[in-house]
Amino acid sequence: MQLRSFVKTYLLWELLQGLGVTLRSMFRAKTTINYPEEKTPQSFRFRGLHALRRYPNGEERCIACKLCEAVCPALAITIESDVAADGTRRTTRYDIDLFKCIYCGFCEESCPVDAIVETRLHEYHMENRGENIMNKDKLLAVGERYEDLIAADRAADARYR
Amino acid sequence: MWDWGPLRERLEELLTPYWTTPLLTAVQIVVVMVSLILTMAFYTLAERKVIGWIQSRRGPNRVNLLGLKGFGQPFADVIKLMFKEIVIPTDANKFLFRLAPFLALVPALSIWAVIPFAPERTFANIDAGLLYVLALTSMGVYGIILAGWAANSKYAFLGAMRSAAQIVAYEIAMGFAMVGVLMAAGSLNLGAIIRAQQGGPLSWNWFWLFPLVVVYFIAGVAETNRAPFDVAEGESEIVAGFHVDYSGMGFALFFIAEYVNMILISALTVIFFFGGWLSPFDGYLPDESWLAAPSFFWFGLKTIVPMFTFLWVRATFPRYRYDQIMRLGWKALIPVTLIWLLVEGVMVYGRVGPWRGQH
Repeated sequence: MQLRSFVKTYLLWELLQGLGVTLRSMFRAKTTINYPEEKTPQSFRFRGLHALRRYPNGEERCIACKLCEAVCPALAITIESDVAADGTRRTTRYDIDLFKCIYCGFCEESCPVDAIVETRLHEYHMENRGENIMNKDKLLAVGERYEDLIAADRAADARYR
Repeated sequence: MWDWGPLRERLEELLTPYWTTPLLTAVQIVVVMVSLILTMAFYTLAERKVIGWIQSRRGPNRVNLLGLKGFGQPFADVIKLMFKEIVIPTDANKFLFRLAPFLALVPALSIWAVIPFAPERTFANIDAGLLYVLALTSMGVYGIILAGWAANSKYAFLGAMRSAAQIVAYEIAMGFAMVGVLMAAGSLNLGAIIRAQQGGPLSWNWFWLFPLVVVYFIAGVAETNRAPFDVAEGESEIVAGFHVDYSGMGFALFFIAEYVNMILISALTVIFFFGGWLSPFDGYLPDESWLAAPSFFWFGLKTIVPMFTFLWVRATFPRYRYDQIMRLGWKALIPVTLIWLLVEGVMVYGRVGPWRGQH
């Protein structure tokens, strides 16, 4: 038995086996996805960049109930509110710090009017200090620009709720 | 090295014979060095590609050249490195710090002077070629040790010390493997070593000196500080080892030296054990066919195999622990070579195998 293991050691048997494994794996199909050209499939539940939505008539959905602010585990949301000209309660400030946000989606879950949502956008970046704060205007702009996408994703998810 | 024919005569008229030889030699050296550096550049790409494939990745494929994906990568790397700042640590020994990369690179390049690329195609057909190779491969370690010492950093120093001890250990096994080749060929001249292997793949040295091939290649991997013997630059332990503090072209020179050494060890493995420029069809195909003729084609083609093995081994094996490296070097490789030298001695004495017909 000892002789056998001695011979095996000096014939580098196990090392050759290892080389065989790597040589075989060299000819396997590659798993790399060429990112900008190819992308992995994305779920409609993907939680990426935030957006504030409006009703079809253009009215802001957000009613400044501050549930999202309360539920946010990372304290990334800051809301200030006031009474608007038409007597409704509206936010005067709605800031999300993207650096603090952990993209848990609780804000979206807690929202009674589906105002704050997390879109499937994840390819965004900041170039200057301070751009990490998404204020109300920026959030509404995202919501307006991608309303079709957001609405389609909510519709796809609706049957599971 | 080359036969220049009429061009040489023209030049001799123009410049006198005294200046012609140095000029033509310089031209040849430049040609060989440039092709060597280009080979090295694409070898780095090949390494990343091969290791990528083995790990089910694609490897670099963004910098395209001539429509080939990833082929411009070496040039992109070089341009990046050239534009980087060369940082010299405040407490470094500045003279040695600058000198060390050259000490690593110059021996790696100068060994090519004695390499026979094809029959009668070598810069210096010296009789003690084997000794020259042995001497200069050990010179390369000075660059590494001085780099580690001059940087005045403990990581660099540790890397240098490891490298020194490792090279001392493996140089011996490598030297003994070369002694086996010397016994088989009866000459220290690399051209003569190749010519002694004439007569098809089975009369190449690898068949009778098989343990020495393995030992030589393992020692060669260790000598060039390549995985799995790359403790001198073990990333997980000592950052980057001896070249931690080098940046830009200082680092690039070490990089070039390492890869040129890998190509060199591959070439030497082929010369010592796989018949150098001899054709594998020697004796099997009619002599007139170019496939059977000894040529640079065969030398280059054969050299690619050990070059690939370097990458293959790196992608396969985890790094040896330091004491395991020492144990392998002293307790396994050296005894194997010694025993095989004994066996070979008996074979030579008893006129067995390739030594049947000798004196």
